Amino acid sequence: MLSDLLPASYALSSAMFILAIRGLASPHTARSGNLIGILGMILAVLATVWSPLVSEYLCSFAAIAAGGIIGVYIAFKVKMTSLPQMIAAFNGLGGLAAVFIALAEILAGSTAYLDVSAGVVIGALAFSGSMIAFAKLQGLVPSAALAFRFQQQLNLLLALAVAGLCIAFLLSPQTNIFLWLGSLAILLGFLLVLPIGGADMPIVISILNACSGWAAVGIGFSLNNVLLIITGSIVGASGAILSYIMIKAMNRSLAGVLFSNFGSRKTAAAAAGENKTARAGSPQDAAYIMENANKIIIVPGYGMAVAQAQHVLREMARDLRTLYDVEVKFAIHPVAGRMPGHMNVLLAEAGVPYEDVFALEDINREFASADVAYVIGANDITNPLAKNDASSPIFGMPVLDVEKAKTVFFVKRSLGSGYAGVENPLFFAENTIMLYGDAKQVTEEIVSALEKK
Amino acid sequence: MDFWMLITVFMLACFIGYFVVWGVTPALHSPLMSVSNAISGVIIVGALITAASPETNVSKILGLIAVFLASINIFGGFAVSQRMLSMFRKKDKK
Repeated sequence: MLSDLLPASYALSSAMFILAIRGLASPHTARSGNLIGILGMILAVLATVWSPLVSEYLCSFAAIAAGGIIGVYIAFKVKMTSLPQMIAAFNGLGGLAAVFIALAEILAGSTAYLDVSAGVVIGALAFSGSMIAFAKLQGLVPSAALAFRFQQQLNLLLALAVAGLCIAFLLSPQTNIFLWLGSLAILLGFLLVLPIGGADMPIVISILNACSGWAAVGIGFSLNNVLLIITGSIVGASGAILSYIMIKAMNRSLAGVLFSNFGSRKTAAAAAGENKTARAGSPQDAAYIMENANKIIIVPGYGMAVAQAQHVLREMARDLRTLYDVEVKFAIHPVAGRMPGHMNVLLAEAGVPYEDVFALEDINREFASADVAYVIGANDITNPLAKNDASSPIFGMPVLDVEKAKTVFFVKRSLGSGYAGVENPLFFAENTIMLYGDAKQVTEEIVSALEKK
Repeated sequence: MDFWMLITVFMLACFIGYFVVWGVTPALHSPLMSVSNAISGVIIVGALITAASPETNVSKILGLIAVFLASINIFGGFAVSQRMLSMFRKKDKK
């Protein structure tokens, strides 16, 4: 009877983890889902500690307490704009934990060579890749694509070496081959992420998230542990699906992200716009037009987060709604921000109710009935070339149809092209008014103009 | 457990993951990452087992480091998720 306790607890924990993810289907259920996840984790840990598999656990509890304090401290300290690097760092720690477990198992004489190798390679990639992603997002390493000659050849060579060592280890399981395997995989992770530019980070973080899940699956197979396999698969699926969504939304391919530097893909299109003129306006003009509108859709991009304009943006939305009775909605492109869903969190933090925030496919139809589209810190994700110019590098990428609104405001520092290096013809459209300046400052001036009357 | 039994579990878990994750609303994709990050810390179970041996050797120490790292992941991941999710509020009528 007592021996059934552990598998029964694991079964229950697995179900609770699934419910934790399931809870995220809606903001109503998400918080209780998270609590179920926490309970599932407590159950899994206690059941393991009390099982006959574990005879000494005082040191482990000390390690849990130390890690727990650090984790909670970081989680409450981190700014929401820095969320992506925190997630990246945590992914890396998960990967590193998998590496240590795999190594410990080999040293303790495990014979599940294939499973352990899979665990160590994936864990090592997740670890070193995440560290680079963290350093780039944190600004410790230039976030631009770092490239050198023969980089791809070197990476290919390293990947082949890792595969070769894997086979060598399976044929003659010696500990030093295993150490080489782990070291080379760590090096490969560094080199794979180093050449990837900052704006591709949402994809990279998602892929690394998936890796930390698959590493857990590898460890699960080696320990015959069903809980690790189930949980790892779900995390892996989550990371894989998020990567897929991001890749689609950026009009990229997996190979493109990993093996070509997007930053170097600048095209001649950017040079074509010299004799066209864009109409500039003042924040006061914008305030006047907006207070007489019926419906306004705000389109925030990463530039808004960089300028820290989300709080004043919320004030603008609130003033328009309460003082002038204007309907205000927010439209979020899937790749706005530096990780999936980043913009939603930033707006939620600023106090924008989630019912006012809409995903691309839910709001795109509404631009036609909107009086104003207020684009702040975004560019490529509104570019109509993605719809009608097959020669454009962003052709096929889903974009927000802001040009269908009666008036489009672009809050931007200059007419410069966005990250994709493609000029946005919308800047020169008849119904577009450019509001030059810092996103936060411009919006602040609009707010004060709105509140004056 | 039998290897093919584990493969079966693995495959079914992938299917469940696929459907459950597609059901997550895009607005909560950031919390999805942090929650999945936290639950991937379940490898702590493996770490606890490797750290359990009564005598102190290299395996045990590696296991303890893994317990420590996974705990950061678990506590940090759940805490930041809770913090994020508490920000998603409904419209309040003022």
